[in-house]
Amino acid sequence: MISLTVNGTEHSVDADPDTPLLYVLRGDLGLDGAKFGCGLGQCGACTVLVDDRPAFSCLTPIAALDGRKIRTIEGLGTPDRPGALPAAFEAEQAAQCGYCIAGMIMRAQALLERNVRPTEAELRRHLAPNLCRCGTHMRILRAVRRAAAAMGGEVQESAR
Amino acid sequence: MNGLTRRALLAKGSLVVAFASSGPTQAQESEESTSLPGDLDKYPFLDSWIRVDAADRITVFTGKVELGQGLRTALIQIAADELCVSPASIELITADTGRTPDEGVTAGSHSMQNSGMAILNAAANLRVLLTETAAWRLVTSVDQIELQDGSAYGPNGQHVGYGDLVAGFSLHVMAKPDVPRRSKGRRLIGESVPRVDIPAKVSGHAAYVQDIRAPGLLHARVVRGPSFGTQLKQADIDAVTHMPGIEQVVRNGRFIAILAAKEWDAVKASRRLQAAGWERRAAPLPSTDLCDTIRRSPARDIPIFDYPGPPAPADARIVKARYSRPCLMHGSIGPSCAVALWENGNMIVWTHSQGVSPLRKALAELLRLPLEKVRCIHVEGSGCYGHNGADDVAADAALAARAVPGRPVRLQWMREQEHGWEPLGSAMVVELQGALGRNGRIVGWRHDVWSNPHNGRPISAGGLLAGAELDPPFAPQRPRPIPMPEGGGDRNGNPIYAMPNARGVYHFVEQAPVRVSALRSLGAHMNVFAIESFMDEMAQAAGVDPVDFRLIHLQDSRGRAVVETAANRFGWKRRVNGRSGRGCGFGFARYKNLGAYCAIAMEIAVDPDTGGVEVRRAVAAVDSGEAVSPDGIRNQIEGAIVQSLSWTLLESVRFDTGGRTSFDWSAYPILRFPTAPTSIDVHLIDRPGEPFLGVGEAGQGPAAAALANAIADAIGHRLRDMPLTPERIRAALRS
Repeated sequence: MISLTVNGTEHSVDADPDTPLLYVLRGDLGLDGAKFGCGLGQCGACTVLVDDRPAFSCLTPIAALDGRKIRTIEGLGTPDRPGALPAAFEAEQAAQCGYCIAGMIMRAQALLERNVRPTEAELRRHLAPNLCRCGTHMRILRAVRRAAAAMGGEVQESAR
Repeated sequence: MNGLTRRALLAKGSLVVAFASSGPTQAQESEESTSLPGDLDKYPFLDSWIRVDAADRITVFTGKVELGQGLRTALIQIAADELCVSPASIELITADTGRTPDEGVTAGSHSMQNSGMAILNAAANLRVLLTETAAWRLVTSVDQIELQDGSAYGPNGQHVGYGDLVAGFSLHVMAKPDVPRRSKGRRLIGESVPRVDIPAKVSGHAAYVQDIRAPGLLHARVVRGPSFGTQLKQADIDAVTHMPGIEQVVRNGRFIAILAAKEWDAVKASRRLQAAGWERRAAPLPSTDLCDTIRRSPARDIPIFDYPGPPAPADARIVKARYSRPCLMHGSIGPSCAVALWENGNMIVWTHSQGVSPLRKALAELLRLPLEKVRCIHVEGSGCYGHNGADDVAADAALAARAVPGRPVRLQWMREQEHGWEPLGSAMVVELQGALGRNGRIVGWRHDVWSNPHNGRPISAGGLLAGAELDPPFAPQRPRPIPMPEGGGDRNGNPIYAMPNARGVYHFVEQAPVRVSALRSLGAHMNVFAIESFMDEMAQAAGVDPVDFRLIHLQDSRGRAVVETAANRFGWKRRVNGRSGRGCGFGFARYKNLGAYCAIAMEIAVDPDTGGVEVRRAVAAVDSGEAVSPDGIRNQIEGAIVQSLSWTLLESVRFDTGGRTSFDWSAYPILRFPTAPTSIDVHLIDRPGEPFLGVGEAGQGPAAAALANAIADAIGHRLRDMPLTPERIRAALRS
């Protein structure tokens, strides 16, 4: 049994230590937000926070997570009481198919927790590991700008 | 009877298997020749589309599906608007072969035209029936009746609920043509109603077929060679059967699937089997340059269009150009997935296929079952953008599920399987020749397009990957060209511009060296790229501004309005000078020359050292008939521009003679945030009263052309071969 702390709750998980966190979140803990995209750390659909930093849950074996703080999109609120980023994504209608969105929100969450006043260039560089195929990029950027403002900050204009 | 919905399955955590015995009357063709709007013509009975229960709850049925394009919300809006209720009071059931009308495939930007118009008119018919019945019940005249929030009100406030009213008449009646739409009161059509699917998607709640879970569910992986034309060498099945957690290994001919209670166990076992190695069984590719292969292959020549006119005069100036596009991938972010359940002789498949009815037919043949024993229910998946792995994985899941009666099986492909097996958008070549008269007008035009098929969607077992793997195998499905006016490789090969002495030929190359099928907008991306690039080349030869040159040749008034709006909003007349490392380009088309109009102006900057392109701004104008959800339309057009920039700037499937070699995002790079445009503005030209026109594919061609024209403007050299990569731009700058 391996102990994992997810969204503030400790779970004992009966899974092989080599199991990537993604499969435990989805299969053992019933958390659907993080998605399987590539299993290679190339698309970011599986992004969660580990000790406040974005991590590819498809690549991170649970053996490496003892005593570390894991957060998923389910920890950012509920449909009725969404966190700043989910609320901003809803306000901007920043989704088409939406498969990438949970990963986008978690990566943006890491940025805004660290720096609520990033420049536009920093924001785009920060989100670069995460792919969106529907082409919702403009709305995703607008949503993160809106969330930054809601958190008392601002995404600052910058030369690209 | 609710049948089996994903919601029930998720909410109750239990599986209830039942086929809709009281489902809408299906497959009843209209016997009268009177044409009804959209697919109402195919299913003219009102209860195929709308039902009202005793508690005034309204259920609307569509055979189309939500793909992330916002269709669910738009259809609810349409029905709610006409029935004078709030969107929240309508439940919409999307494609389910047990419950909804068969509206074929959700493709070609047809959903608003076909299903939207059907639901609009079915709802108008129901509104009239409700009003007439209420007038009778409340002993008043129909013009004294007001419908509001599920009740009909008489002049003195007396009212009766819709459910009560519907109990008094039959909804199993034919729709009447020419029923007028509601003419007064607040309208929902034209309002940007928030999408009903977005709250779950931005909060991590179950929204996809990938998220389905149920008691006893088994996870499965399929094992095959790396790409089309290959197969595994002898696999050591026994070695994986005894791996921990493996419930069963299903084998049927060359089809192999591994089932496990835990997903990771299935993944590990599939990797072990895959390690056996593979071999190519198909002939080697003749060349790794598929454009060259297609251009040289035997082809069937199909006329696209023939505009009459006198031959070009001898002094006409002749302009020629050749354009090409490589194979492109759909590239869904989530690999394809399906859940299947085999129970009591019935197969149910939850699938993100765009066409549940054709899939059902193909699955019935594959499984050798009567059609009525197979039911396909659409559940959203990751965006597909055409025919990706959705149908194939549904077959894989069904074959796996058949080995474990009573247990639902969830099968998802791995990333390298989606990249390796999904049908590609065909490589294409277009050659254009134009003649320019002394007055600066086009006096001759010849369009030749070479392409493999764009229509490999399964309609039989041979159209599914697993069909070729079973013993005995099913014969491969033979692709057919899609006739104009829709067209396949020739889609949008007919220019919208008025020109004499013009003709086009589609050189249909049936034999594809790689697996190909429908990719969003089919041939329109390439044909519009070529035509709109060539219009700029002709304009340059004529010494006329590119937008003016288009307007000189454009008679369609809605088209002109779209071009003028995009140009004005962009500030085309005041644009930056080209050949300065900065440049502007314009692109325009009416999708299929039947659908939505879209014009795009774009300003870019080219880094002379790297050849990198930065899109500073894109301004689009769109006419999609009566706009149902303005924000939904903007979302689609913004997405089309960004997706097309990715296709056109960056994308090309790589091959060696053994097949595809792009198995992940490093070998098939797509656009990431730093390359996204600085800004996109979309302007709508609303046409109240005009039929709805889909916008899902309207922007891809114009965006590609606007980009190519902007690059030509910026660097003074024209790039005609996609992708317009930094390497090609650097090479052009050196030349």
